[in-house]
Amino acid sequence: MSNETTIHVPAEVVHELHVEEHGAHHKESFITKYVFSQDHKMICKQFLITGIIWAILGGLMSVLFRLQLGYPEASFPILEDIFGKWAKGGKFTPEAYYALVTMHGTVLVFFVLTGGLSGTFANFLIPLQIGARDMASPFLNMLSYWFFWLASVVILSSFFLETGPASGGWTVYPPLSALGQVNEGSKAGMDFWIIGMALFVVSSLLGGLNYISTILNMRTKGMSMTRVPLTIWAILFTAVLGVLSFPVLLSGLILLLFDRHAGTSFYLSDIFVASTQTALPNEGGSAILFQHLFWFLGHPEVYIIILPAMGLVSEVMAVNSRKPIFGYMAMVGSLFAIAILAFLVWAHHMFVTGLNPFLGSVFVLLTLLIAVPSAIKVFNWLTTLWRGNIRFTPAMLFAIGFVSMFISGGLTGIFLGNSTLDIHLHDTYFVVAHFHIVMGVSAFFGMFCGIYHWYPKMYGRYLNNTMAYIHFWITLAGAYLIFWPLHYEGLAGVPRRYLDYSNWHAFKNFLELNRFISTVAMIVFAVQLMFVFNFFYSIFKGRKVVTPNPWGANTLEWTAPIRPGHGNWPGEIPEVYRWAYDYGKDGRSFIPQTEPVSPQESKH
Amino acid sequence: MSTIFLLLILLLGFLITFQIAKANEYVGILKGEKKNFEQNNRINGFLMIVFLVLGLIGVYWCNELFKGKILGEAASEHGDKIDTMLYITLGITGAVFFVTQILLFWFAYRYQYSEKRTAFYYPHNNKLELIWTVIPAIALTVLVGFGLYYWFRITGDAPKDAMEVEITGRQFAWLVRYPGKDNTFGKKYFQNISDKDDNQLGLLWDDPASHDDIVVNGTMYLVVGKPVKLIINSRDVIHDVGLVHFRMKMDAVPGTPTTMWFTPKFTTEEMRKKLNDPEFDYEISCNQMCGKGHYTMRGIVKVVTPDEFILWRAKEKPNYARVMAGKPAPPSTDTTKVSSVKPSETPSSVAKSK
Repeated sequence: MSNETTIHVPAEVVHELHVEEHGAHHKESFITKYVFSQDHKMICKQFLITGIIWAILGGLMSVLFRLQLGYPEASFPILEDIFGKWAKGGKFTPEAYYALVTMHGTVLVFFVLTGGLSGTFANFLIPLQIGARDMASPFLNMLSYWFFWLASVVILSSFFLETGPASGGWTVYPPLSALGQVNEGSKAGMDFWIIGMALFVVSSLLGGLNYISTILNMRTKGMSMTRVPLTIWAILFTAVLGVLSFPVLLSGLILLLFDRHAGTSFYLSDIFVASTQTALPNEGGSAILFQHLFWFLGHPEVYIIILPAMGLVSEVMAVNSRKPIFGYMAMVGSLFAIAILAFLVWAHHMFVTGLNPFLGSVFVLLTLLIAVPSAIKVFNWLTTLWRGNIRFTPAMLFAIGFVSMFISGGLTGIFLGNSTLDIHLHDTYFVVAHFHIVMGVSAFFGMFCGIYHWYPKMYGRYLNNTMAYIHFWITLAGAYLIFWPLHYEGLAGVPRRYLDYSNWHAFKNFLELNRFISTVAMIVFAVQLMFVFNFFYSIFKGRKVVTPNPWGANTLEWTAPIRPGHGNWPGEIPEVYRWAYDYGKDGRSFIPQTEPVSPQESKH
Repeated sequence: MSTIFLLLILLLGFLITFQIAKANEYVGILKGEKKNFEQNNRINGFLMIVFLVLGLIGVYWCNELFKGKILGEAASEHGDKIDTMLYITLGITGAVFFVTQILLFWFAYRYQYSEKRTAFYYPHNNKLELIWTVIPAIALTVLVGFGLYYWFRITGDAPKDAMEVEITGRQFAWLVRYPGKDNTFGKKYFQNISDKDDNQLGLLWDDPASHDDIVVNGTMYLVVGKPVKLIINSRDVIHDVGLVHFRMKMDAVPGTPTTMWFTPKFTTEEMRKKLNDPEFDYEISCNQMCGKGHYTMRGIVKVVTPDEFILWRAKEKPNYARVMAGKPAPPSTDTTKVSSVKPSETPSSVAKSK
């Protein structure tokens, strides 16, 4: 008996029933189905797979520069074989190191955790969970992906420039990013970065406007805003944040482009270039102006990353605790509060730029205010677990891991948001540890949680559970092993973006620790590759899904066929009678949203 | 060779994991989905509590390992305030950390699936939610209160008797200027900068106030117990004056001078004795990404007694006098090993020469 049959015998029957059941109302060629598809489910998969490829590249970059940090004296001849002049003698040049750091940040923040995360789950879940056949504008949705793809191509090609990709840090502060004379990466690499980001902003706007209009206008009958799952609320606020803040970044970048090529002085003033021994003519510009424009996006950006993860985690946690999410309205309210505050805290990145101390104090107050809605969310998640009946599916494990990471990273935010402490901790490893935990690892956990939970809906098959468990436990332990000790480096004042500390009396005590962290980072990266393997292997060989609602969930996507066609539901779109969280009510494990409220049911 | 070997081992490990994973899936199907699920659930529930215990031990152990390597006594009065604030914040957030993490993993373990249990239908409780809105709000008010109190003390105006020192960042070194006997900085203009003519800051020689200005590469002399106000500039890109022992930090922005002030508590010599480290020096680090040599942008602060300071200043030749003497400036006495980065040298060559 072959393995395939062992696994799939019961599956085939059910599967056959559902496939092709929906009306084949339009012909699909390979191109319209897989390439220029207007089906939100295919666009979701395009975003997801592009995001995975970017995540591998971005993660690989971190492994490469961790080599330098862990082994500053060693040389690896293989690096020279691959990278040529960028790694002469088997050691990365400082330019290459900074290019890697810069692109690691850019790729992961924008291309994985914004494009990859929002793009995937907004596209997949909005129509399926609100009961719509597709997005408000499938065509714009398709464009959104293809602009993302173009942006990816531009950024990727900047790696092959003679002067290398952008290397002034992912925040691209001018004047460093404005002047090719002071930094190799600020030559053509920076132009590619700006163009790539401009295309990315276009993609994000096309996507975001579409998400908002779909959620507001295309909910099925009975699906009032107080009945939509928290995923939808989270995605809605994410989209609003993106639509309002990305244009500001774009404007900042356009001014930067003018400073670079049109001789303007928006950001430039009083600059003497040592390499050419010339003073530039620019006067009167303000380098700080760029930081205001950048962080006006940059701070909402971290919520653009974390809100969808919060939504996914809330949904998965309720389903697998077999309990309603605790405090649905408070969850929505805190999402709303975070979204509002996101626009009012940007200058906490700039406490030590010479900002007026009074202005700084206002931003301290507003920044620490964010801890209140965050605390509400954490306590609500904890209460959701309390007295549940918890199933540790891989998705649920990642949801629990998310909460743990979010607590750890959120609490260190209280240190950094306090301007007094920020004086000491600014631009040290404390910041690196903080945002990697709260935005990097947490958001990745949210994303994994979403992938494991909705994979059966996306591909009609399960991911391999054993690999998923290994993936979770090693990633959770590894993430703490990497980032927890980094806080100590930060408290010691060790600055970030240094590639060698051996010349520094105060900072050279952490070599052993850095070596340990680099080793763990490599192991964790290898485990992520195992996940990627699991992902692609299971698309073709995974255990087949045999029931339309494998998790016993209430939301609408599980009422659709196992492999829904374009249009999602073969017949009428289902009608909704209740909220999404009637788990464990009146002795019943779950009550789908499509079930009318019976008169005997207890009220809540 | 060893790289290839390592990759092979990794690949082998992966193949084994994959085979086990596949086998587990088949075994699971043969055992029956329900039994398989219950078994996996128990294992993961157990791991939750294992992770919590090991994690807490890890947190303690990590602290034992590294607490000696961080902070140390702050070398400025502002630093003491910042350290106090740090411990207040650590106390409050630490308590929240332990309570929430323990609850999280404990709940996960305690309420894992069991056939006998039914989940408790508990959609909301306004009183509870109000409690955990108000308590964090109060805790944060405390933190904001302390924080802002210290913040205004630190960023407030410098005392009138503060010594003024100007520090200017360039790729990748620090330039320090003293106003000289007249206590007034001479005017400068960036178009006037010329490294060749030993006018690194672009001082205007027409202004007599500039004639006694002292410009030093890489080393800043400060007087112990005397407040100092730094006027911070940059010549090219954004740098940041990071003074880790004093716990101070401020960006150096081209075209927009910034300031910060503090009072050094110990001389360099005192610190050397205190730390039992004859090689100790206060360091100036650049904390804002400034290009390929960012990590080499090291300066030194020498905190000395008032007498030593007067002696040192008397020996330093003003920039103007150096230029008028018509010969290239010898680097100031202490700077040779400090700011070895000259524009012609690449940072990597500096790192090697060290």
